Amino acid sequence: MNMKLDRRSFLRVTSIAGGGFILSSVVPVALAEESVAEASVTAAELNAFIKVSSDGKITIYSANAEMGQGIKTTLPMIIAEELGARWEDVEVLQSPVNKERFGLQMAGGSTTVPRTWDQMRQMGASAREMFISAGSLVMELPREELKTQNSTVTHESGRSMTFGQLASLAAKQEVPDVETLEFKSREDYTIIGTSISGVDNLVIVTGAALFGIDTRVPDMLYAAYHKCPAIGGTVVSANIKEIKALPGIVDAFVVEGNDDPTELLDGIAIVGTNTFAVFDAKSKLKVKWDESGASKDSWTALVEQAKAKQGRRGDDEIVDKGDVNTAFANPDNTTIEAFYEYPFVAHLCMEPMNCTAHYKKGEGLFDDDTLEVWVPTQGPGLALSIADSMFGLDKDQVTVHQMRLGGSFGRRVYKEYIAEVIEISKRMEAPVKLTWTREDDIRHDFFRSGGFQSVKGAVDKQGKLVAFENHFFGMQHDGKPVSGSRFGANEFPILNIENAYASKTMFEIDIPCGPWRAPGSNTTAFVVQGFLDELAHAGGRDYLEFLLELMGEPRWFDEGNVRSLNTGRAAGVIRRAAKEAGWGRQMPAGRGLGLAFYLSHAGHIAEVAEVSVDANKKLTVHQVTVAVDVGPIINRSGAISQVQGSVIDGLSTMMAQKITFENGRVQQSNFHDYPVLRMPDAPRVDVHFIESDYSPTGLGEPALPPLAPAVANAIFAASGHRVRKMPLIEEGYTM
Amino acid sequence: MPSYQMTVNGVDQEIEAEPNMPLLWALRDLLGLVGTKFGCGIAQCGACTVHVDDIPMPACSVTVAAVAGRSVRTIEGLADGAQLHPLQKEWIAQDVAQCGYCQSGQLMSAAALLKRNPNPTDDDIDAAMAGSYCRCGTYIRIRSAIHSAASQMTANYVNAAEKKV
Repeated sequence: MNMKLDRRSFLRVTSIAGGGFILSSVVPVALAEESVAEASVTAAELNAFIKVSSDGKITIYSANAEMGQGIKTTLPMIIAEELGARWEDVEVLQSPVNKERFGLQMAGGSTTVPRTWDQMRQMGASAREMFISAGSLVMELPREELKTQNSTVTHESGRSMTFGQLASLAAKQEVPDVETLEFKSREDYTIIGTSISGVDNLVIVTGAALFGIDTRVPDMLYAAYHKCPAIGGTVVSANIKEIKALPGIVDAFVVEGNDDPTELLDGIAIVGTNTFAVFDAKSKLKVKWDESGASKDSWTALVEQAKAKQGRRGDDEIVDKGDVNTAFANPDNTTIEAFYEYPFVAHLCMEPMNCTAHYKKGEGLFDDDTLEVWVPTQGPGLALSIADSMFGLDKDQVTVHQMRLGGSFGRRVYKEYIAEVIEISKRMEAPVKLTWTREDDIRHDFFRSGGFQSVKGAVDKQGKLVAFENHFFGMQHDGKPVSGSRFGANEFPILNIENAYASKTMFEIDIPCGPWRAPGSNTTAFVVQGFLDELAHAGGRDYLEFLLELMGEPRWFDEGNVRSLNTGRAAGVIRRAAKEAGWGRQMPAGRGLGLAFYLSHAGHIAEVAEVSVDANKKLTVHQVTVAVDVGPIINRSGAISQVQGSVIDGLSTMMAQKITFENGRVQQSNFHDYPVLRMPDAPRVDVHFIESDYSPTGLGEPALPPLAPAVANAIFAASGHRVRKMPLIEEGYTM
Repeated sequence: MPSYQMTVNGVDQEIEAEPNMPLLWALRDLLGLVGTKFGCGIAQCGACTVHVDDIPMPACSVTVAAVAGRSVRTIEGLADGAQLHPLQKEWIAQDVAQCGYCQSGQLMSAAALLKRNPNPTDDDIDAAMAGSYCRCGTYIRIRSAIHSAASQMTANYVNAAEKKV
């Protein structure tokens, strides 16, 4: 049988536990050997992700979006480990966009590591076995006696050959059956668990082009796109003629949208010879909007509606377990109630939304139109789907270049900025880069939805939690909850106690909402962990002890599902964070410790904040101690960085960030009214990992949710004031 | 269209632009120096920090007309040829960046600080860097990398002085 055909038959897709598909093993799609720049050097593809040249250079493709979560370094580390590569020999390249070859290229929801862990190990291990086969042939030694290390195949006798020497032969070896592959055990790791500096760091510190916004293609034009400040407004008229006459402006025109904020809203496109020209012209636009069908949303109205219903049960029941009312009515118990509020917030990626597209009309009668897109996106498939659904282009007509993302946090799972620039490029018959202004970026975000929770709980005479009730006020659009606007029947501590009740009231809104770093968790953690601290105090208990009592014996509520609460892992991180932070130590007046635990995205994480509050409500967050259990750590440097960043991001958001809207118009526009935490206010962050034997899970999100309640609980410890509302500036706090 | 002469990273440049064009867009769109980043356009975030006659400035809020005849240094000109600036080396060694988008601005602010204060304290660093936002929250490593680069630069200076003696 033809070798190439044989290999191709190996291409298969297997389902994995938890849904989804991975490419379990992939064959080379190009010829096994290809010449590279120097004629004497040849490069051989071992599989879709690995190419080794005769000079020993190992190229590993990173197939998923890099947005600061470190995946471009982390995933190749897994491959290199199983391969037996020396990291210094590895060069990482962003892969082409090709789902058939690389599998799902989406990144988000802290899912990339858990989803690809087996796939990456298979890629590395499979290539390792092929090198061993080649080494066995050339050195005439039994393959059982060979192993790979430091980019060589070695024998116990000391004989060895380098990957470079064996590459071309290795690529011709039979691809092993995935089922037969054995993975390294943790004690043999030499790369996984170490600290590896990000593979793009040299490019980043020297300022070479890397991000979507850095794209430059020959004859490229620059564009801005102006939409109605109230979502859903349509264009009646605009001073297009005046705009077209401005310096550097090539064209300006009205774009008729389809009224779907996730695709294309009505607006004015301005095209020019540079970004300044189009931004400047945009500031001179005078547009008459028809807002009859536009959003009329009002934040103050939502606050009033929720407050009017606080203390009552919601419209729909979520869970009714045991008998909360008897517990609340029992005079021996202490029952308390509270109302928590959290705002809408924006993603505020440092790199504003942008995309470059080149729509080319087919020249002859039988020549198809083609499209090339350069896009910073969490999912390059989004560009393909919008090109198909809105522009009728088949994926064979479209080339997508995955660019690095200057932050995303869930924002770039949307594709409207891709649709906008394709439309403009098609009209201009030229390559166009669309850049949003910061004002566009904030006002036309898909926000983290705000909301309210009215909570009630009871502790018995021993200070043990006996009942918990929550009325969740969420947001919905067209009758469907927006991203993160949910409160589950399995939310902690419902599964842990006998009497629990939860209900919800949903408000219909038009303001677009979307996933924002740890959706749902980033707000509910604040409420539940803050209120449980209130209940501990009501029962005269120490919160550490109270929380550990709630966790109880080590048990896993949904055995095998890493996303479900594992009380053993929870207690582990709670104890560790408390110990490392010196929980229980004597604190000077005005200074306190606050503890919080939260499970999200399969990460069990506890944080202790040490905070001072002075008489003028000036806050100092001195230190945050974090204990993390996401299983084994792959890139230690990257993991610590994600935790430090999550803590600072969490504090930044909690401190001063709030999006409000009236009459459908977002009222914030730039950093002056939507500030980010600055360096002088950044706390020390002390990170501790409990590297349990569970499969590794993601760390882009789960360290954020516990921060807000840890700080709120510390503020209470320091000052006696209970924070039930974010952001803190609205409670009179400053930094 | 008016034309402005300036030195950018040691190279004489003649830029044809409207006088009110911010230096940021002249660098990025006209000269193709895309290392200087657009963050806010209102001098609030520091992503576009460059040096104009060795003074750190937000390129989004300085016009080409205002920098005519001056010397501009951008992130692309921070290294001395292939020799990275000690700050760049430490940024890599300490794996500072997450998304990396703000880091050119952070590096240019830090370089300006070390030029005028070779041995900054934490407070000095905080004060000099307070204008540079990092949405990913890499401040802890930035501070640490500045300290390491400062001590290296001081050590190099001492070594050079010893050699002369």
